[in-house]
Amino acid sequence: MNDIISPENLVYKKPELLNDTHMHYCAGCSHGVVHKLVAEVIEEMGMQENAIGVSPVGCSVFAYNYIDIDWQEAAHGRAPALASAIKRLWPERLVFTYQGDGDMACIGTAESIHALNRGENITLIFINNAIYGMTGGQMAPTTLIGQKTSTCPYGREPALHGYPLNLSEMAVTLPGTCFVTRQSVENVASIRKAKAAIKKAFTASMEGKGSSLVEIVATCNSGWKLPPVKANKWMEENMFKQYPKGDLKDTTNL
Amino acid sequence: MGKIKGAIVVNTDRCKGCSLCVVACPKDVIALTAKAVNVHGYQYAEAVRPDDCIGCASCGIVCPDGCISIYRKKMED
Repeated sequence: MNDIISPENLVYKKPELLNDTHMHYCAGCSHGVVHKLVAEVIEEMGMQENAIGVSPVGCSVFAYNYIDIDWQEAAHGRAPALASAIKRLWPERLVFTYQGDGDMACIGTAESIHALNRGENITLIFINNAIYGMTGGQMAPTTLIGQKTSTCPYGREPALHGYPLNLSEMAVTLPGTCFVTRQSVENVASIRKAKAAIKKAFTASMEGKGSSLVEIVATCNSGWKLPPVKANKWMEENMFKQYPKGDLKDTTNL
Repeated sequence: MGKIKGAIVVNTDRCKGCSLCVVACPKDVIALTAKAVNVHGYQYAEAVRPDDCIGCASCGIVCPDGCISIYRKKMED
């Protein structure tokens, strides 16, 4: 056993950019996987010193504690506006936002849509878990019809609460976007695809092709009140019907 | 023909016991500890059948906290 565990045989480890700070996320949270993918992609692109993330308000508000690149913290929902400014001032930097569905699809809908429509050369990473995780599992605009949350305990009812918002489908219609995709991170195959999507989006933003939206359909074990493994199953069975995976728009030619 | 053998090293104090690696492992190598807990009070992942590990890295890739390092070696006959 000990002759296997030596540096020349190492095939996978935590990326260097993801530091040793203990992440505050619940056990099994999708955020950790996406953080890891972002760190891996930045490392592979050699942009460790030139990447600027904009962290949102929500569970991932402390993203700046975990990935060792430059970060700015935006007011709630305003990350795309802040990222637009950073990218215009520093066009050679890799600029991206990392937002949840409460931040991007609720309070920040206007900023997100307009940043995408202006064709800013930034990437918006959108973690959609259909619930407000940080504040205690309230209904989000992305909550599924019939899904129970603490503010719709009998399930989301369209007559009372309206319909789920598919932000990515809206982004497809905007001329400023070059790459809109919806991925997930529940197993190895989907994690590899999600990583490739993030890399393509980052590359497109550095080549000045326009704005990219990478939606990651994610789980919220605590908000959904399910153990992590069952949450992944619930996501596969319910979320993918409302939020089908795949590239929705790709004009990058990458 | 040489056989591929793998080994995992778990950063036990970083592990939160979410058990996503347990279901991701194709060889049922990993399980959560039955009685032991780490400094945060979580049960943590450990290789209970380490001889079956093939070093595929599935556990490391799905781990949300990046706790698992994977090693792989082609063994000579």
